[in-house]
Amino acid sequence: MSDTTRPDTARADLAKQAAAAPSLTARLPGLSALGPLLALILLVALGAYLNENFLSAGNVTNVLARSAFIGMIAVGMTFVITSGGLDLSVGSMAAFIAGVMILAMNALLPTMGVGVPLILAGMAIALGAGLLAGLGNGLLVTKARIEPFIVTLGTMGIFRSLVTWLADGGTISLDFAVRQLYRPVYYSGLFGIAWPIIVFALVAIAGQIAMRHTRFGRYCEAIGSNDKVALYSAVNVERIRLMTYVLLGLLVGLATVMYVPRLGSASGTTGMLWELEAIAAVIIGGTALKGGYGRVWGTVIGVLILSLIDNILILADLVSPYLNGTIQGVIIVLAVVLQRSKSSA
Amino acid sequence: MSAAPERVDAPVLELVDVRKSFGPIEILHGIDFALHAGEVHALIGENGAGKSTIMKILGGFLAPTSGAVRLDGKPAPYASGAQAEAVGVVVIHQEFNLAPDLTVTENIFLGRELGGLFLDHRAMRAGTQALLDELDSPIRPDSRIRDLPVSDRQMVEIAKALARKARVLIMDEPSAVLTHKEVEVLFRQIERLRAQGVALLYTSHRLEEITRLADRVTVLRDGAVVRQAGRGELTEDGMATAMVGRKLEDIYPPKRHHAGAVALEVRGFSVPPLVRDISFTLRRGEVLGISGLVGSGRTELAEGLVGLRAATGEILRHGVPVHVGSVREAAARGMAYLTEDRKEHGLLLDKNLTDNLTLSTLARFGTVFIDSGREEAALTRAIGEFDIRAPRRDMKVGNLSGGNQQKLLLAKTMLGDPEVVIIDEPTRGIDVGTKSQIYAFIDALAAEGRSVIVISSDMPEILGLSDRVLVMRHGRIAGELYGERLTENAVVRLVMGTNEQTSGSAAHV
Ligand SMILES: Nc1ncnc2c1ncn2[C@@H]1O[C@H](COP(=O)(O)OP(=O)(O)OP(=O)(O)O)[C@@H](O)[C@H]1O
Ligand SMILES: [Mg+2]
Repeated sequence: MSDTTRPDTARADLAKQAAAAPSLTARLPGLSALGPLLALILLVALGAYLNENFLSAGNVTNVLARSAFIGMIAVGMTFVITSGGLDLSVGSMAAFIAGVMILAMNALLPTMGVGVPLILAGMAIALGAGLLAGLGNGLLVTKARIEPFIVTLGTMGIFRSLVTWLADGGTISLDFAVRQLYRPVYYSGLFGIAWPIIVFALVAIAGQIAMRHTRFGRYCEAIGSNDKVALYSAVNVERIRLMTYVLLGLLVGLATVMYVPRLGSASGTTGMLWELEAIAAVIIGGTALKGGYGRVWGTVIGVLILSLIDNILILADLVSPYLNGTIQGVIIVLAVVLQRSKSSA
Repeated sequence: MSAAPERVDAPVLELVDVRKSFGPIEILHGIDFALHAGEVHALIGENGAGKSTIMKILGGFLAPTSGAVRLDGKPAPYASGAQAEAVGVVVIHQEFNLAPDLTVTENIFLGRELGGLFLDHRAMRAGTQALLDELDSPIRPDSRIRDLPVSDRQMVEIAKALARKARVLIMDEPSAVLTHKEVEVLFRQIERLRAQGVALLYTSHRLEEITRLADRVTVLRDGAVVRQAGRGELTEDGMATAMVGRKLEDIYPPKRHHAGAVALEVRGFSVPPLVRDISFTLRRGEVLGISGLVGSGRTELAEGLVGLRAATGEILRHGVPVHVGSVREAAARGMAYLTEDRKEHGLLLDKNLTDNLTLSTLARFGTVFIDSGREEAALTRAIGEFDIRAPRRDMKVGNLSGGNQQKLLLAKTMLGDPEVVIIDEPTRGIDVGTKSQIYAFIDALAAEGRSVIVISSDMPEILGLSDRVLVMRHGRIAGELYGERLTENAVVRLVMGTNEQTSGSAAHV
């Protein structure tokens, strides 16, 4: 029966390290949390060293504004993942919302005319569509009790195919005159700061506060940590879970509101792979993928890291920008490895 | 150097001047300690004294900060629990080390599965069945751990350890969650292993078990050995005094005799599939004990009452029918439940003390934003009131000693200021000193006019605390005892289902 007496030296060393690790990391709790921040600072230094235009106002605005869409979504994703969920549908959802929004605005154009009310109506429709899409995901997860991975894998396909169908395989374009009116929402700003950056900053700050200082954030962490304990502790587990998906849907709607004026169109490839970037940003930022611990400011840093890599590769011309995905992938895996060694301590 | 002078044989496993620190805090201060073949050594001490830490060091799960672990006089050749098992040093943990989604068989053979390329399921299943039969246990080898009650999980843990063919078997409070009958089975196994020359280390907060089993007792206080004694040298009182460092008075508070108005009435209450047609009343200022075997439906009844399980029947508070569909509704009706399963249902082991303490009452700590100052103040109060001993306030609750986790859970439950409190196994894994504190606390709750239901498998506890006892059997109420008729004998008869006539005559035995 006891034929497994094989001393395994590799395992022994690992175990020794694991036994020694806690005292070390217990004394330096800040270090692992600051990892992503250090990585970001390194990237900025690297970028500045490689190209003098890197820190120019134009480039910084460009990087931040592009980060804003994924960023808003990733803040919402942080709550979903923290409470033990996942949403793969956000990229397709953004495309679908963009399509619906543009079609609706074009349809309303004859009655409402080109003007601010039309833009506001379009925004309201986008936010409403986001809310409903998130509600759909959330209800399937909480009421029908289907795994979030499965639910959102399904809705990811559904949204993507719906937008392709709406566009009839091509592109849905916003009426030219409306587009001119709407453009400033992406291209102009306040005190020289572009609107998407401002909105992203507000979302991030509100998200950070909600995670750390409100019941909602605390409950998300509790549910992700052990949903049974949360249930026994009088937490309305289903409603909190539902709320995380609705919040994420709303933020996808908001991101779309900021995104549509950039190109003025939507197609079957809009928002492609956004879900992966958003999830990657959350994980790089130090939120536990299995739930129970969320860090919104980390997510913001994760988003910035991902878009800086992109930007530096294009500016620096060191390696082909086609390798962007490779480098991002390496960083994501590294982030998870760091998390693993942290949690085993 | 040999250990105690009366021993001539060399120790099997030994700690020499072992110190252990977690971060800056030293938990063990120079422990010398030896286990001998064919001997049961008991390690006793208050919650947080360091018993589990010593056992983890012996079993290779923790490395000492300084000092040595010696097996057969040589430095122990292992650096992990798995390696220690391979050389015959096996630990039964206080926290269960079972994979919840695997079956009993899969757990017992985890890491040493039978078969070559393909697993030999039949042989493993048969092996498991044989082990369980040896333990007189009705557990099915194919059950998932997740679906088993805690006592069954403990039996699986024991079966798993027995399957390892240990030279040294280390048991951390194995009896805490077991029923009387299961404890007997465990003791028979321990005696068998002792006769076979296995070195055994045992800990429990039930001192009568120590008296019965131990050939040698080591008393630990605040991480240092304060007393070592051979069989018969220490009385239970002596043990308690050595552990706590002061003399203990009678641990049960005097009985109260002033129940008030009916606070809770339950009529025809059923919690499918097991619990049927339960009716009882509970008065203000009363402690109602619920006794019964594990599996008699006590926890199911309690969970049904607070809306954690679907139930039918009527609940009346102060004579008014109320609907309780969730723990939140129960809380709104002034009812709270303290779970028996603190690790799976009670506490967030990865979170700190504050987050755990306030989780169920968070709405009281600020409207929009959580007022962390008030939370910290609540923790300070709870630490004082419940004597929670935590090396650091911001530590993970999972790193608290078992008894201190229980105290924190009690503090968490009482933070909601409930009028009706159902406490499931209030002192599981709690030392004698703290037990008397908790009993005094329960008594104070009743004295304040609250109503308390105590579910317990500990007979002295049920008898010492309760004004009235309900006994459950197979999901029904087998009887109710109070006043003169409330005796250990009567309760045991009802629990076991011996017929009523004999219980009447046994009342004055
Ligand atoms: N990983 C850890 N980090 C910090 N402190 C720890 C850790 N593990 C244990 N401790 C502390 O060490 C002390 C001893 O704990 P231990 O679990 O050995 O007590 P115990 O005697 O087994 O108590 P109980 O009877 O309650 O089970 C406690 O104060 C506990 O909080
Ligand atoms: Mg212990």
